[in-house]
Amino acid sequence: MTESHRIGGIAAPLNIANLDTDQIMPKQFLRGIDKKGLDKGLLWDLRFDREGHIRHDFVLNRPEFANTRVLIAGPNFGCGSSREHAVWGLQQFGIQAVIASSFGEIFYSNAMNNALLAVILPQDDVSRLLDEAHRNSTPLNIEIDVISMEVRSPGMTRPFTLAKRHRRMFLEGLDMIGASLAHKANIAAFAQHHWSRQPWVRDIARLTKHRIDNH
Amino acid sequence: MYPQTLYRKLVASHTVVELDEQNVLLFCDLHLMNEYTSPQAFAGLHEQEREVAMPGQNVATVSHIIPTHPIAQRIIQDPASALQASNLKRNCERHDIPLFDTNDVLQGIEHIIAPEHGMIRPGMVVICGDSHTTTYGALGALGFGIGTSEVEHVLATQTLVYRLAEDMRIRVDGRLPPGVTSKDLILMIISRIGAQGARGYVVEFCGSAIDDLSIEARFTLCNMAVEAGARGALIAPDQKAVDYVFARVADMDTEQRRQALSYWATLRSDEGAEFEVEHRFDAADVAPYVTWGTSPDQAIPVTGKVPAATGPQRSSIEKALNYTGLAADMPLEGLAVQHVFIGSCTNARIEDLREVAAVAKGRRVAPGVRAMVVPGSGAVRTQAESEGIAQVLIDAGFEWRKPGCSMCLAMNDDVLASGQRCASSTNRNFEGRQGRGAITHLMSPAMAAAAAVTGHITDVRKLGGPND
Repeated sequence: MTESHRIGGIAAPLNIANLDTDQIMPKQFLRGIDKKGLDKGLLWDLRFDREGHIRHDFVLNRPEFANTRVLIAGPNFGCGSSREHAVWGLQQFGIQAVIASSFGEIFYSNAMNNALLAVILPQDDVSRLLDEAHRNSTPLNIEIDVISMEVRSPGMTRPFTLAKRHRRMFLEGLDMIGASLAHKANIAAFAQHHWSRQPWVRDIARLTKHRIDNH
Repeated sequence: MYPQTLYRKLVASHTVVELDEQNVLLFCDLHLMNEYTSPQAFAGLHEQEREVAMPGQNVATVSHIIPTHPIAQRIIQDPASALQASNLKRNCERHDIPLFDTNDVLQGIEHIIAPEHGMIRPGMVVICGDSHTTTYGALGALGFGIGTSEVEHVLATQTLVYRLAEDMRIRVDGRLPPGVTSKDLILMIISRIGAQGARGYVVEFCGSAIDDLSIEARFTLCNMAVEAGARGALIAPDQKAVDYVFARVADMDTEQRRQALSYWATLRSDEGAEFEVEHRFDAADVAPYVTWGTSPDQAIPVTGKVPAATGPQRSSIEKALNYTGLAADMPLEGLAVQHVFIGSCTNARIEDLREVAAVAKGRRVAPGVRAMVVPGSGAVRTQAESEGIAQVLIDAGFEWRKPGCSMCLAMNDDVLASGQRCASSTNRNFEGRQGRGAITHLMSPAMAAAAAVTGHITDVRKLGGPND
């Protein structure tokens, strides 16, 4: 049940603090030149044992969590490496939102740039959602509404905030590069002015490489 | 004018337009790329039929997937990785972007090669699809890591939609004791403020202990600020920074240098500028630090004991100890290692290798230990060879390898086996980072060298000088 402004479905508890992007998408899955196939690598070491056998006790491997749409995660989710593959992998796996009390900064930007909704709630509320998820014998259903800016579970409703820009990106699928290219003339004028004051940064990469190659 | 922090000055001097109260369109002076976070950005650009806005402000290197075997011509055996390298070359040629290719003698890790050739100058904004871009704060440049969508944005516009950070100041006064490095200092700071202690902030380091650090030591400090969650790290450029840069910028003539000096002198936080958060540390408190867990904030002095799983971090500590095979109250000193890795954008510069050589000289890598030294760049490797460092290391039984990111993240073929314990000069001790089931102990290069020659985690201060 997902409309453009509403994400809803099964929420899986994944209460691990500082779950870094190395764990979300391990190195062996970073060798592509496209974005394909990353669902396979998602949380690999948690989902599979060393022999590659499925870990049946891991939440996302349990049959009732097969259609998980939301993760309820620990603090500082997605810290570490800048690899956007972590976000692509979550989405390809079917995850549409992650709820946590905080996110790694680069992960947060990457998530927003791909319309993976990163919802920040106070840790107390995240803990309550985790409790709720653990208490029930059936998976918890969570709905997140980006118009009313609310997270709803059977047991609670909580407001969350999102920067105006991120909300628009999520709702309208803003082409950020296109929007920035509308400032093309401003950028060119800025660069000319910038380089008139700091001529030593103009063409810095090309000039440096040229200089050292000819040395 | 109200007093401004150095961070605000750098943002203001690169703001093309203010987009809203939280975001600006930020001009980027230099964009560094590697083979694994850029391909999808180029693909997106091509799909939209967009051009690279300013190719001369971009540079690329093959760093993460490159093998480091000490052979003359390097060949990337893994077909997927080889394709990443050839794809990068094709993209750079198509868009006229300079490239440090696989067999370029100056190839290396982006965060080593950019400053060593004078591409990082005070006052710049530098970005890269790699989280350790915070390194450049050491020269008073605002550096930070970005994702692949943003790499595409920079390629197309030479700007970023940039969300403003808050200001934090970390003051460190006093003197670092002998045998203690900036790596130990940053590990101590991260252990005190936590893995998200600086999340949302750009951190300015200051104080007499920071003034005393060499530029290379400052790179190490700023490089690892991201492990506390920082969005950037800065040190106001001083005479050391100016000397470092001027020694590497043959393109700048006398007039430009004069102009630059007067501008760079303004790159400091004004008297009375406000920081949302301030921390203070005493350099005299720093000892050689070693991580015991699976997050960079899980570190203690080498003389300390592994903490017990209590308090609010109980479950994290338990999980970490379970992975690293340690127990509460165990000393780290004396813990046997099977592997030593010296390398990475954190600690693979010439000063790091000099410290390693000082420990290795006249000693031998302990039986049962495999010790690898992977210099950060071709230039570092050549210099280490000309200084005799390479020979000292080879004589001591270290592997002297070719440059790359290597076992810091084990994306190439330098991967540890499960259960191997590694003393590592790198930046992340995450689960599986150096190989599934492998255990990483972060420490300074000298400490890693001490572990190599003794076969266990050792307080380098007790080892004494070179064993001539």
